Amino acid sequence: MRNIIIIIGVLVIGTVGYLFYQDKAKVPVADKESSATKVGFVYLTTPGDHGWTYAHELGKQMVEKHFGNDVKTSIVENVPEGPDATRVIRELANQGNEIIFTTSFGYMDPTLKVAKEFPDVKFEHITGYKRSSNVATGNIRFYEGRYIQGVVAGLMTKTNKIGYIGAYPIAEVIMGINAFAQGLRSVNKDATISVIWANTWYDPVKEADAAKVHIAEGADVLAQHTDSPAMLQIAEKEGALGFGQSTDMSAFAPKAQLFASINNWGPYYIKKIEALRNGKWSTGDGPDHWAGNVWGGLKSDMLLISKFQNMPDNVAKKAQETLDGLKNGSINIFAGPLVDNTGKEIIPAGKSLDDGALWGMNYYLQGVDGKVPG
Amino acid sequence: MITFIPRDKVSKNWLIIAPILSIVFTIFFGLLIFTFLGYNPVETLYQIFVSPFSRIDRISDILVKACPLIIIGTGLMLCFKSNVWNIGAEGQFIMGALLAGFIALSFPNIETKFFLLITIIAGFVGGALWAFIPAILKTKLNVNEILVSLMLVYVAMLFIDFIVRGPLRDPMSFGFPLSKPYPEGALINKIPFPGIGFLGQLHYGIFFVFLLIPLSWIFVNKTLSGFKINVLGSAPQAAKFAGFKQDSITITVLLLSGGLAGVAGVIEVSANIGQLQPEVSFGYGFTAIIVAFLGRLNPVGILFAGIIIATVKLGADNAQMTMGIPKVVTGLFEGILLFFLLTGETLQKYKVKWSKGKK
Repeated sequence: MRNIIIIIGVLVIGTVGYLFYQDKAKVPVADKESSATKVGFVYLTTPGDHGWTYAHELGKQMVEKHFGNDVKTSIVENVPEGPDATRVIRELANQGNEIIFTTSFGYMDPTLKVAKEFPDVKFEHITGYKRSSNVATGNIRFYEGRYIQGVVAGLMTKTNKIGYIGAYPIAEVIMGINAFAQGLRSVNKDATISVIWANTWYDPVKEADAAKVHIAEGADVLAQHTDSPAMLQIAEKEGALGFGQSTDMSAFAPKAQLFASINNWGPYYIKKIEALRNGKWSTGDGPDHWAGNVWGGLKSDMLLISKFQNMPDNVAKKAQETLDGLKNGSINIFAGPLVDNTGKEIIPAGKSLDDGALWGMNYYLQGVDGKVPG
Repeated sequence: MITFIPRDKVSKNWLIIAPILSIVFTIFFGLLIFTFLGYNPVETLYQIFVSPFSRIDRISDILVKACPLIIIGTGLMLCFKSNVWNIGAEGQFIMGALLAGFIALSFPNIETKFFLLITIIAGFVGGALWAFIPAILKTKLNVNEILVSLMLVYVAMLFIDFIVRGPLRDPMSFGFPLSKPYPEGALINKIPFPGIGFLGQLHYGIFFVFLLIPLSWIFVNKTLSGFKINVLGSAPQAAKFAGFKQDSITITVLLLSGGLAGVAGVIEVSANIGQLQPEVSFGYGFTAIIVAFLGRLNPVGILFAGIIIATVKLGADNAQMTMGIPKVVTGLFEGILLFFLLTGETLQKYKVKWSKGKK
């Protein structure tokens, strides 16, 4: 008993003493650097070292590098898409953040709810379709990278079977599959894509299982619209090839990754923060259909392509030409004639799908097996 | 070998000393970790424990966060008291929300708030039915309820996922897996305070907690059923000799705890989300297990335990917002807190005996 009392005593005295010492030693922090713009970010997961949220973290780091002391960023990670999001976004607004980036689709309604309560705070919601006077949206033309993936896959495949892992059967993902198919068929009319729906954005176990199934069924090039490097790791082990998602994943699969489409949010963040600081922030730039006020791709460097690797020079050259063609506009991915995989004509020659039509995609184009679930 | 031997008598002094000691240990190790990682430890502790109480709307956020935890925890208390191990409250929460959501979405134009009574009853039924599966398997076939209730969580998760992608998907949701918004009559409103307006998300659902705590206290301490539950848990042999029907108690507590989890699901969705989506629970059903034990299987204790857990969660968010402390660090601290609180609790009741084990 006595021993315990001594232990308690030491701990209490030590702790209290330390607290007092800390209080004295505490340097008064300058509460408000008046010129610094406060910027908040809400992350779906812990950034880690790959994938969707990590790409946003890199964007945030670009912001910090670009503005230095003129901007003060705060983040909240691991925020589930529900009531917690509302609370966290409101708290960021309460703490004086002037512009808040909410970086996942499911934050859409929470963002709008809080935006109504804070009309002076600007909100940027990533990949939603609802806007208001102080909520703008931003998105990337991910499908452009997938077109190049299709071209490379078409030249690299020996079995003519491409395995594709989809996240959810929504327009965003389907337009990616169709863009991939267009790229694939531009170089190889015999190859086909088979899709496995993982029904998750991030689940390494499920993604790995899907990759194994694809390889067992004879696919030798894999593509993914999910977030983990699991697919590439399986490809590496099994001697197949694949593409990285959101960030460069070559470290996970040095022999399997052909290239990765990289989400580059930094320039968009910087542009919007700059606009806010100049008093010119608006929801108005870009087309005002639901895909986003800002919907940038390869041309605006919001989508980057990592180094072409693990492929012969002629394939890398073709990939580079495709990239250049997309950038200078000489390649139009969804130019007619377009036929869906049941043979129905979508649009005739001479026409091409506009942005609105992309967001209405609920069919597969030629080159994709099966049909869209739901 | 370490063996835990029950103490003959729990010392009155230790009832007070143990929690204090737990908190001193927690703070001590917290300071150590935060200092070691280079964060101002005092500021961090302030953010975690005090800042959630520093503004009235933050306090209301704590209540909102604690609300489902307390409701589920109270139900689980009944189970755990009678040695029935319901680990599947998460699934019962989801099924309650789902059944209530189905009914809410079947009446798209309803405006009267009396409709809420129906959805809440539906939630209770949904959760209770889901808990009935392990109950019937346990009593009829002696199947372990831990496994069944836990595995049914995953079934429920996949089921709601299927429902919002298929039958209940809003055609206007651009292919995203969301149901239509609930009708006005199925929504739980935020509480308006005269002169202030709304306090964060504070909603009328919180009154259910204030109703539930005294009711469950009376149920456990003043009714025959409550007495049976207590006896069954603490002295199963005595319960047998007294002729208590063990099976019917098992079924009752599972139905009640499942039902309460379902009600928590309805309140959470109707007050905070307003439509069905693939994820409605975020682990409340699992966290509530900790809440039930932290509250010493006592309704008032569970009220405070729910508030403590909610506070630390909110504090962790605040610490990240103001100081940039990653969630893994605050999560570690949360673990230390729970570890010491539960250790203190255990050592009150048990003596530890160290002996050299023979294989």
